[in-house]
Amino acid sequence: MSDFNKSSLSEIVNLIKSKKVSSLEVTNHFIKNVERSKKLNSFITTCFEESVKNAKQFDSKKNFDGLLSGVPLAVKDLFCTKNVKTTAGSKILENFTPTYESTVTRNLWSEGAILLGKLNCDEFAMGSSNETSYFGNTINPVGKDLVPGGSSGGSASALAANLTPATIGTDTGGSIRQPASFTGTVGLKPTYGLCSRWGIVAFASSLDQAGPMTKNVEDCALLLEAMSGHDEKDSTSINKKNEKYSKNLNEKIKGLKIGIPKEYRVENMPKEIDSLWKKGIDILKNSGAKIVDVSLPHTKYALPTYYIVAPAEASSNLARYDGVKYGYRSKKGKNLIEMYENTRGEGFGDEVKRRILIGTYVLSSGYYDAYYLKAQKVRRLIKNDFDKCFKNVDAILTPSTPSSAFKIGEKTNDPISMYLNDIFTVPVNLAGIPAISIPAGQDEKGYPLGLQLITKALDEQKVLNIAFAMEKSIDFKQSLNRWWE
Amino acid sequence: MSIDKNQVKKVAKLSRISLDDTKLESLSKDLASILNFVEQLNELDTKKTEPLTSIVDKTLEPRADKINDGKIKNEILKNSPDKNEDFFIVPKVIE
Repeated sequence: MSDFNKSSLSEIVNLIKSKKVSSLEVTNHFIKNVERSKKLNSFITTCFEESVKNAKQFDSKKNFDGLLSGVPLAVKDLFCTKNVKTTAGSKILENFTPTYESTVTRNLWSEGAILLGKLNCDEFAMGSSNETSYFGNTINPVGKDLVPGGSSGGSASALAANLTPATIGTDTGGSIRQPASFTGTVGLKPTYGLCSRWGIVAFASSLDQAGPMTKNVEDCALLLEAMSGHDEKDSTSINKKNEKYSKNLNEKIKGLKIGIPKEYRVENMPKEIDSLWKKGIDILKNSGAKIVDVSLPHTKYALPTYYIVAPAEASSNLARYDGVKYGYRSKKGKNLIEMYENTRGEGFGDEVKRRILIGTYVLSSGYYDAYYLKAQKVRRLIKNDFDKCFKNVDAILTPSTPSSAFKIGEKTNDPISMYLNDIFTVPVNLAGIPAISIPAGQDEKGYPLGLQLITKALDEQKVLNIAFAMEKSIDFKQSLNRWWE
Repeated sequence: MSIDKNQVKKVAKLSRISLDDTKLESLSKDLASILNFVEQLNELDTKKTEPLTSIVDKTLEPRADKINDGKIKNEILKNSPDKNEDFFIVPKVIE
């Protein structure tokens, strides 16, 4: 059997399409990897019997045209999968088995991909370290005591450890890009509305967006192409023709103008991150891009804005977990109201409770204008900053995160220090624009660090092309000794 | 603005979340520090700024008023923790 651990998603697709290997061989390889890697705790659910059945069925087909022909993929456990348990990392959905399929995952299966299992994540995607999952911490394959980032931490961990050839996550404030940065992988948050939100467990509906997480930029283009597209079931889905991101991928970035925002040079930023940023700037210069200093003056207000808007939307979205229609129900309580209160008190974890309470508070009578309305106004200012900036530049380059992966337990006692992880990623969600994190180097401990490229809305091809050009020059290499097996 | 234990209790009531009394102290502290953090926004003058309510620059698309779903009662009831053939069952509401 070939060693698919070194193969990219695109390479595996080509091997299957040219019948050099079967879908079953590939599927069995990744199943074996998953079975050996329980220490990472990156999976919540596996569905190997189904995967093998689907792989065999795929191999007997005549048509191998799909973009993801016969490739097994594990996905974040926030995407509803028909007849496969979907927990969102929460006790309250521990036994929830959807009777329908999310649009994004359905798109993957219709391109020939096969579900391998469901990946661990922070509870309801609320977290930056995967430590809020009801199903326990996921471990970063980079180091035994390291978090993989979050909320798509299981996705990043499984990808970096080769338990899936690629994966998908969701990004509300950095939940794809930050774990990608922490694990030496590529993660893209698309323009808001490019991928359907239908069938994804909702966190903050005006910010949530699904996106690809892959080993390289070429795979990222391919997976984005497969998962995106208009969906009438999502009223905020953008109605436009699907683009051929993978076919149109090229590294010609000569003459493009790249902005460097001075506000991202935050206090106490490790020197390594600053020098990584400089390295990125040099690479772009050498590729013929023009570097321009830009200003996004409201950057420091993005996190406070996010921590009003996101909890407000979450408090409303999570009102549906009432112990009646689906999910966990407490046995305690004398009447309906007490049943609700006990169900939610027992079913939600501490971080989810914190956010529901904050959200309820900022939306409550007497506080709405001071908090929620104020945040919506500042959100406008943040979006205006980007709009203005993109009149002069094609893209913006920043670090992805203010640090490399941190230790398990290091930030759990202080919500604000945890929130600060998303300082470079959150502004993009508030503005609804696309951004990619690519691995760009290692710090002195050998932990990966990422750089982030941002463009205006619907400029995914451009952001992918710039990332593609940078990837070639950076030539990032990560060899993990599979200590967890 | 600070938030005390009684306010936390009130918000928990509004949120329909039962809280362990022993956790009230630390939770109030956490919420106060989050509120203190987000209040940085008060540094900004937004009198003339319109709130941003939707990031998608489009009007909602109308669709034909036609039924395209239905007859899925069993599927809808399937995940309920307590149900009979036709209904969700909840604790008694009317005495």
